[in-house]
Amino acid sequence: MDYPRVVLVTGACRFLGGYLTARLVQNPSIDHVIAVDAIAPSKDLKRRMGRAEFVRADIRNPFIAKVIRNSDVDTVVHAAAASYVPRSGGRATLKELNVMGAMQLFAACQKAPSVRRVVLKSTSEVYGSNPHDPVVHTEDGSSRRPPREGFARDSVDIEGYARGLGRRRPDIAVTILRLANMIGPAMDTALARYLAGPVVPTVFGHDARLQLLHEQDALGALERATMAGLAGTFNIGAAGIIMMSQAIRRAGRLALPLPTFGVGVLDSVRKATMNSEINRDQLDYFSFGRAMDTTRMRTELGFEPRWTTLEAFDDFVRGRGLTPIISPQWVSSAEVRMLAAAQRWGR
Amino acid sequence: MAGESKAKVIPLHGNSSRTGARGSERVTASKRHPSALPKPPTGTAEEIEAVIREFEQRGAEASEPATGDLTQRIAAFADFFRKRLTGDYSVDEFGFDPQYNDAVVLPALRFFYDKWFRVEVSGLENLPDTGAGLVVANHAGTLPFDGPMLSVAVRDHHPAHRDLRLLAADIVFDMPVVGPVARKAGHTMACTADANRLLAGGELTAVFPEGYKGLGKPFRDRYKLQRFGRGGFVAAALRAKAPIIPCSIVGSEEIYPMLADVKLLARVLGVPYFPITPLFPLAGPLGLVPLPSKWHIAFGAPIDTSDYDETAADDPMVTFEITDQVRETIQQTLFTLLGRRRNTFLG
Repeated sequence: MDYPRVVLVTGACRFLGGYLTARLVQNPSIDHVIAVDAIAPSKDLKRRMGRAEFVRADIRNPFIAKVIRNSDVDTVVHAAAASYVPRSGGRATLKELNVMGAMQLFAACQKAPSVRRVVLKSTSEVYGSNPHDPVVHTEDGSSRRPPREGFARDSVDIEGYARGLGRRRPDIAVTILRLANMIGPAMDTALARYLAGPVVPTVFGHDARLQLLHEQDALGALERATMAGLAGTFNIGAAGIIMMSQAIRRAGRLALPLPTFGVGVLDSVRKATMNSEINRDQLDYFSFGRAMDTTRMRTELGFEPRWTTLEAFDDFVRGRGLTPIISPQWVSSAEVRMLAAAQRWGR
Repeated sequence: MAGESKAKVIPLHGNSSRTGARGSERVTASKRHPSALPKPPTGTAEEIEAVIREFEQRGAEASEPATGDLTQRIAAFADFFRKRLTGDYSVDEFGFDPQYNDAVVLPALRFFYDKWFRVEVSGLENLPDTGAGLVVANHAGTLPFDGPMLSVAVRDHHPAHRDLRLLAADIVFDMPVVGPVARKAGHTMACTADANRLLAGGELTAVFPEGYKGLGKPFRDRYKLQRFGRGGFVAAALRAKAPIIPCSIVGSEEIYPMLADVKLLARVLGVPYFPITPLFPLAGPLGLVPLPSKWHIAFGAPIDTSDYDETAADDPMVTFEITDQVRETIQQTLFTLLGRRRNTFLG
């Protein structure tokens, strides 16, 4: 079995699941693609999915086992775990969706003899954000202070269930992809929402090191993992680092340094007015950041991201058409004027 | 934007050999001074005239590029300012920001290096011009001034002007403001993963194996080397096959002579020690000013690690042996330097 024949993608109405389905249907070596999500896809997404079969099902329902068995699915890509669901019941609902959904899905995979590969989209958040950790995380190193709550904790649990599946069914190759924080013109991510306003509240006295991943590279990595079927855990991230302060400047935003509690207070105000939420983990991430070692991604998985962190960020700024508060043109012209004045004065 | 920034050409006159060298500026200033002239005017009238002519000529030479120098400085400042404002710079995975380091951190440290501690450095030829090297130094002074001074010594006086990457205590990276600045200056937390990564990347790295034991020792124990940790630095050097350069620093012990350590207060505040010095805490903020002792930094002959085989890094006997050798070298050099020193503050 070199190529997957029947692929099932969960979370098909979300960005990654949807566009991954669109990519997989264009691959002629894959016979059949089944897209699963609890909500119906938009017209545009449905058109993109093409020959894929859309099944509207909740993965928390045992019905998913029937889908896998009846269609002889050999590859399951679990891309449904979400860090953020707009206008939903908050943390408890999210945990219910993510953890229970993953448990049910993996249980169904374990029962189905046809399944040979499971690809799990995980996140770099499993490493937490801590100033005491090594500058880059490797796949087998663990954080000094693993995340204890929120989406990061859920992701740790989901990875645990996936590894459990790999232990109980050694014939299934379980691939876990820890994706760095994604950014891009199309995707709605925590960082994109954070940089949406003209003034960005930052944590005073801290500057985070951010490793990003372009949304297209995230799709590329998922596709590569689906085709390769390599068992193991892989960090997926772009080359290079961007500092939080640098990102704010590149996006032309104004940073507003606040003490830690101030960011919390401001966030409560924003939470009440907008649908945004910064939890403890995100606050740590915005203070300390995180970077991963991607040697294994390059050497074993054979995947090379096309965008570096800086390029990915610039593509996000361009693609979103963010209007800079401090425009680079203005800065450049100020520089030229200053130089002209200095030269006249100097002579 | 990138295209615009490259197309800026600033016509300047008489500036060819004076690009941004702080040292050369000081040299010309001293040359301009009459007392620095080679021949004192104590001969015949013609001789005196010749000397005056020469002096005037030099004065004209020196004052002519001064305006150009000013314009150039403004140009450099404007360029720096534009790059910072628009985020047009890059940092490495450790968060090292060379532009920030050169423009902000090093100039601040140079004041202490040149004016306050009047550091004299010797043995710089023992440092490699390229590739990895591990500088191992004694640690003292209650507050770790020795680390930054070492980095200035290497950066300004080594022929290759290398950036020295320090392995610092974890408490540094917990602190707001200090932590991010240390990261931007290229330093990271002393842990095996980061040490290996720096050395594998061919960086010149410095470590203080005594840690808090050296930094927070009472004044009566000055220049007595403490235990060298567990010899982890030797293992790191062996793994990277990097030479170990022993380094002895004299003068650092006297900057804050620690008379006593209030352990209770230290525990309450969560710091490794709470020092009582002649001025701290009695003199308030004045107690934070380091005493202006005269410093000597001596780099010793490098210890080659490339002859050891692969297993040496995991062999405690080998690491202990090298640790003792390094420790002994530093201790002996300290005694030699101390023997030569006549006065703590005058040198």
